[in-house]
Amino acid sequence: MRAFTSQLARGTRVLGSAVLMLGLAAVPAVADETPSPSPSDGGSAPTSAGTSFRTATEIDQGEQATASGSAGDYLYWSFPADAGQRPTVKATVKLPDTHASEAWQLDVYDGLRRRQACQYGAQTRTAGPGTASVELACTLRTVRAWSEQWANDPLPGTYYVRLTAVNLPTSDLGLPVEAELRVDSKDIGGSAAVDGSLAEPLVPGIAVKSEDSEQSENSEDTEDSSTTTAVLSSIEPDGGWSSGWWSDRWVWTAIGGALAALAGVGGYALTRGSGRPRQGPPGV
Amino acid sequence: MITRQRLAVGACALFAALAAGIAVPAGAVADETTALAPKVNLLLDVSGSMRAKDIDGQSRMAAAKQAFNEVLDATPEEVQLGIRTLGANYPGDDRKEGCKDTAQLYPVGPLDRTEAKTAVATLTPTGWTPIGPALLKAADDLDGGEGTKRIVLISDGEDTCAPLDPCEVAREIAAKGIGLTIDTLGLVPNTKMRQQLSCIAEATGGTYTSVEHTDELADKVNQLVVRAADPVVTPVAVEGAAGCTNAPAVKSGLYTDREEFGQQRWYKVEVQPGQEVRASVSVSADRAVNPDYGVLLRAVTVHGREIVRGEGNGTGRTDVISTGLRYAKAEADDDDDAEKPAAETVCLQVTNSFSAASGVAATPGLPLELTVDVVDGPSQASDVASFGLGRGWWLLGALVLVGFLTGVLWGWISRWRVAVWRTN
Repeated sequence: MRAFTSQLARGTRVLGSAVLMLGLAAVPAVADETPSPSPSDGGSAPTSAGTSFRTATEIDQGEQATASGSAGDYLYWSFPADAGQRPTVKATVKLPDTHASEAWQLDVYDGLRRRQACQYGAQTRTAGPGTASVELACTLRTVRAWSEQWANDPLPGTYYVRLTAVNLPTSDLGLPVEAELRVDSKDIGGSAAVDGSLAEPLVPGIAVKSEDSEQSENSEDTEDSSTTTAVLSSIEPDGGWSSGWWSDRWVWTAIGGALAALAGVGGYALTRGSGRPRQGPPGV
Repeated sequence: MITRQRLAVGACALFAALAAGIAVPAGAVADETTALAPKVNLLLDVSGSMRAKDIDGQSRMAAAKQAFNEVLDATPEEVQLGIRTLGANYPGDDRKEGCKDTAQLYPVGPLDRTEAKTAVATLTPTGWTPIGPALLKAADDLDGGEGTKRIVLISDGEDTCAPLDPCEVAREIAAKGIGLTIDTLGLVPNTKMRQQLSCIAEATGGTYTSVEHTDELADKVNQLVVRAADPVVTPVAVEGAAGCTNAPAVKSGLYTDREEFGQQRWYKVEVQPGQEVRASVSVSADRAVNPDYGVLLRAVTVHGREIVRGEGNGTGRTDVISTGLRYAKAEADDDDDAEKPAAETVCLQVTNSFSAASGVAATPGLPLELTVDVVDGPSQASDVASFGLGRGWWLLGALVLVGFLTGVLWGWISRWRVAVWRTN
């Protein structure tokens, strides 16, 4: 790219204008280059939560999930997060009228069940006696398309949310509670666009799933595995996982190239101002 | 491409279904669905204390009956439901007899709602509360089949049949590896009962709920029965070794094992060059453990060199502590010995740092769940930024400046060339 840019900057007019055209053509794309996560379209939001990683209730981003449970339950949900998104998980726990002091906590785990750090948000809160509800929040780090295998950066894939009371007196065990959970994400865009990508998103059981589909493609006598067999996680964002090649870096670089070409032309014209011979030979 | 694949899968599945419909007699198909059918056993306490009139002004027994009627109406078609009672038949004072008093009221199987309701209507509060023995029998009722299994225990008093601790019983049932969950509901509970019932629930990964009102009872039981109908992946039982050499080989899938306090578990995974192995492990706290704990998962070569590790730790009340790792084996270099199929054996070591007060049973070990996925490796990053592209005002500024300077330079050079030409 750098070689390309300097080539342009040499002031070759034809190429320069071509790049200019390209840059202009790319400009409309700037407007829609950050597709915000669309809220769930009409589908009924889940009204229960799972009790383990394996049984976590799958929710979409922008969906208000509710669940009724008991104090002491471990409530699990899972949601998809794609590269360039910075998800924020918000949970509200409605407590019964009379209860003792309870500490509630929201934990987010990635597709490898590694706990993910929260940048902001009250992840743990203690509800004193008489408090009607607790609000918890957790903003994750931006999900990257790739990271080194020794890092635990957030990667595209399934994310698990666990909501539970971490400190609970025995007298409060089993009291009815209502929980609400919502995941929204901010699109960070090109500044978070990194090179490299995973072959498959970090969705647990994805290897088993693709094996199954290969099998049923190859041999016809396998039973209908796609509908009856349970999968660990069948989660996918609304528009499918992003391929990861597009980012607004293309637009920035293209515009930069075009501007460099213009500046090159400008600089060239400056030097030819007064000193240019009137009857110069053509073609120089 | 995904759509095409799905279509193909769908078409094949349809074809397979048709073929199976023709080839296999109907009985075999039915057998298969029964084998996978979720099973729920409702275990109802019918001890004398159920006579107490403290749930919405009616007796606990009446509340339970009303709730059962609602649940029986709402049970999903595919769920095989059974009902077992404890303390329903022996009214006497002999503790030994009273503690054997558990009976199957309605066998686990396809549900006949009217029959089940009639059976429930006959119940009168009678005897003791033998929770432990009843749980054992209830687990036997659910034997067989591959579907999810759930016991819902509804009780209004703690177990009266010590020394058999129902909590230990529950843990033993869970350790049999038949994937059974016990959910408990306490009617108007006291502290001791809360502890005991939540201990039973925690031992099997179930939930405990206190019930003070009839509608709460019906709602909760209903929720649990419906939950049983959700399809869940059944893990494969595996027994990890104490070292890498004789560790069991695992492929992509979900596995379950047991790990005692301070024990190591080793597994082996084969990775081809260009593939990535993803492993995640969770160790559950199914008994009273100290509130600071951790888990370590290490990927080690056969020679003992650590490749990558995952660590998880936490503090406070918990059901599980988990961690994971991924290891991508680089594509084989061409100058390497290309003829060898160089599948690498990666050893996975799992350790936990749970601890418990003395007196807490160490065996059976804590439930361990291992997920392994072997997928294609990632495409490596050659630059920090996507395709090495730039972004931001500094980039634009730098490009414009360089462009301008190059233009000026080019202009001067051509002026100089013209000057030279004119001189000549």
